[in-house]
Amino acid sequence: MSEQLLDVQDLRVMLPTRKGLLTAVDGVSMSIAAGEVLGVVGESGAGKSLTGAAITGLLEPPLYIANGKIELEGKRIDNLSYSKMRRIRGKQIGAIFQDPLTSLNPLYSVGRQLVETITTHLPVSDAVAKRQAIDLLKEVGLPAAEARIGHFPHQFSGGMRQRVVIALALCANPRLIIADEPTTALDVSIQAQIIRLLKRLCREHKTAVMLITHDMGVIAETADRVAVMYAGRIVEVGPVKDVIKNPHHPYTVGLMNSIPSIAREVEWLTQIDGAMPRLNDIPDGCAFHPRCPHAFERCRRERPNLIPMRNSQAACWLCKKEGADEQRQ
Amino acid sequence: MLAFIIRRILQSIVVMLMVALLSFTLFRYVGDPVVSMVGRDTTFEERAALRETLGLNDPIVVQFGRFVKNASMGDFGISYEQRRPVIDLIAERAPATLELSFVSGLFALVVGVFMGVYSGLHKDGFLSKLFQSVSLVGISLPPFLIGILLIYLFAVILGWLPSMGRGEVRQLGFWSTGFLSFSGLISLILPAITLGLFQMTLIMRLVRSEMLEVMRTDYIKFARARGLTNRAVNFGHALKNTLVPVITVTGLQLGQIIAYSIITETVFQWPGMGYLFLQAVQRVDLPVMGAYLVLVALIFVVINLIVDFLYYVVDPRLRMEGGAVS
Ligand SMILES: Nc1ncnc2c1ncn2[C@@H]1O[C@H](COP(=O)(O)OP(=O)(O)OP(=O)(O)O)[C@@H](O)[C@H]1O
Ligand code: SF4
Ligand SMILES: [Mg+2]
Repeated sequence: MSEQLLDVQDLRVMLPTRKGLLTAVDGVSMSIAAGEVLGVVGESGAGKSLTGAAITGLLEPPLYIANGKIELEGKRIDNLSYSKMRRIRGKQIGAIFQDPLTSLNPLYSVGRQLVETITTHLPVSDAVAKRQAIDLLKEVGLPAAEARIGHFPHQFSGGMRQRVVIALALCANPRLIIADEPTTALDVSIQAQIIRLLKRLCREHKTAVMLITHDMGVIAETADRVAVMYAGRIVEVGPVKDVIKNPHHPYTVGLMNSIPSIAREVEWLTQIDGAMPRLNDIPDGCAFHPRCPHAFERCRRERPNLIPMRNSQAACWLCKKEGADEQRQ
Repeated sequence: MLAFIIRRILQSIVVMLMVALLSFTLFRYVGDPVVSMVGRDTTFEERAALRETLGLNDPIVVQFGRFVKNASMGDFGISYEQRRPVIDLIAERAPATLELSFVSGLFALVVGVFMGVYSGLHKDGFLSKLFQSVSLVGISLPPFLIGILLIYLFAVILGWLPSMGRGEVRQLGFWSTGFLSFSGLISLILPAITLGLFQMTLIMRLVRSEMLEVMRTDYIKFARARGLTNRAVNFGHALKNTLVPVITVTGLQLGQIIAYSIITETVFQWPGMGYLFLQAVQRVDLPVMGAYLVLVALIFVVINLIVDFLYYVVDPRLRMEGGAVS
C-alpha cells in the first residue's frame, strides 16, 4: 500500500436492533499520513465517535464492523483478536476522550495511572517509568510535576486533568492519537490552550492526530486536512485551506456559516435548519436533501458518492457540474 | 480526619445511650424486678427492704445512671431464670455466635463478590443466569426454611453433615472454639450457609450491578484505550471502584447476620447468644433480654465505625481534607 500511517477503506459499522440492522457508519474511507492532523467534523450523531472507536477496536457491542478494512502502517488491524488489539491500543494508537473529569480513575494517583500504562507497553521498571511519567507531566505543562505525581485526579482542575490525560495518551509514544472532542467539556478559556498543547506535542513527537470535533474553528486552526461527516458518511474531504476557502458541499457551507470567526465575511451567522436524521430514518438519495437549500430531483433519488474536485472531494450532485467545469478549465 | 473520628465516636455513644435507655426501661418497667427475684412467700417488708437495697426507690435518673455505669463494666445483673450473672451466660454463649457469624459473613462476602464479579463481567453468560436464579431463591426463601431444607437434604437424606450443635469444642482460655476439630468445622457448614445465604445473594447482586455500572464509566473505557490488560481493567480499576458500596453493605449485613442468628441458632440448636435470647424471651428473663439488646447494638455501632474508617482507606477523595483543587 501507500506510505499512509492509517488507511481506512469502506468502513461500515452496523447496529443490530430489535427492528433490524441499522447502519451507523456507512462506507467511510480515510487516510492519515505520519505526523498529519486530520480533522473530523460534523454535527452530533454524524458517526464521528463510532469511526474512532472502530479504529481503536473499542466499539461497544452490539455495534460491529460489518465491512471494510483498517490498516495501520500497512497491516490490517480490524480483524485482530482482542488481546492483539490491546497491545496496539495505547502503544501505537493513543486515545483522548471528551471528558477529562471522568477519564481518570478517581481511586488512583495520576502517577500510578501513568506508570501502569508505561509498564504495560514498555519493558521498563517502575522506577524508570516513574521518571518518564514525571518528564511527561512536565512536558504537558503541569507545574511542580515531581510533587504532584502522587496526587489524585480530584485534586486537579479540568484543564490540568486533560493535560494528564494527554500525557497518558502519549506515554508509550504512539504513532497516532485519536482525540474525540478533547476540549468540549472544558471551560472555553482553556480550550485553545489545550488544543495548542496537543498540536505542539504531536508535532514534537511526530504523532499523527485524528481530531474529532463539532467546531470548524478548531479545525481551521489545527488540522492539515479535514473530513466532514454527515449521517455516517464522509460528505467532503480535503486540505483544510481548500475546504475552508472553497467549500463544495452545502453541508460544509452551512457548518462554516455557523462559526463566528470564519463567517465574518458573510455578515450573518446561520444555523442549518433541521437536525441530523436518526439512524432509523436516514433519507434515501442524498441524506442531506431534506435540509439542503439546493436540493433538486436527483438528490431525492440517488445517493452521490465522493466526487474528486481539484484539491478536495465532495459527495454532492452539484459538484458533478462544477467538477466537470473545473476540469474543463 | 481527627475531627471526623471524634464526631463519629460521639455519635456512637449517643446511640448506645439510647439503646441503654430502652434496655433499662424494659428491665425496670416491664414486670417488677422484685417480684421476679423473690419467692412467693416473701413478706411485704422483706420485699420493701430488697427494693431499697436494689435502689429501686431512687430517682429514675439515678437508677439509669447506675444502670449505664454497671452495663459499661459488663454488669447486667442476675438472670432471673438461671440465677447467674447475665454477663457470664453471655460470655459462655458469645463464641458460638461470633464464630458462626464470622464464617457466614466470610462465606457471604467471598462467594458473593466472586459471583457478582463474574456475572458483572459476563452479563449474558450461562453461569451468570444460573447465579441470578439461585440468588432469587436466597432472597425469597426465609432462613428457617432454607435451614430445614438443608438439614433434610444433607443431614437426613445424604447423611453427610451434622444437623445440630457445634460438634467438638476446644477451650482456649475463656473462648470455646469449634475451629480446631473436624466435627466442629463440619458442624459450621449448614448453619453458616443458612445464615449467610441471604447476605451472599445481596452482596452478589450489589457487586454485579455496581460492576455493570462501573464498566460503563469513562475511566474504564479510557483504561481500555490505554491498552491495559483485561485483568488490570477488571480487577485493578473496576472492582476497586465497587468496593465502597460493598463495604457499606457488608458491614451492615454482618450486624444483621449476628442479629438474625437467633433463627438459625434455633433451627440448628446452636448454643449461641441468639438461642439464649430466645429462651430468655420465652421465660421473660428481662436482664438477659436487655443485655442482649445492648450487645447487639454495640456490635452494630462498632461495625459502622469500622465501615466509615474503611471508606477513608479506599477512597482518596474522602481521605484528603477538602480535596483542594489547583
Ligand atoms: N452504543 C451505541 N448503541 C446504539 N447506538 C449508538 C451507540 N453509540 C452511538 N450510537 C448511535 O450512532 C450514531 C453515531 O454516533 P456517534 O457517537 O459516532 O456520533 P458523533 O458524531 O460522535 O456525535 P457526537 O458529536 O454527539 O459525539 C448516533 O445516532 C448514535 O445515536
Ligand atoms: S446532493 Fe443535492 S441534496 Fe445533497 S447536498 Fe448536494 S444539492 Fe444538497
Ligand atoms: Mg462523539
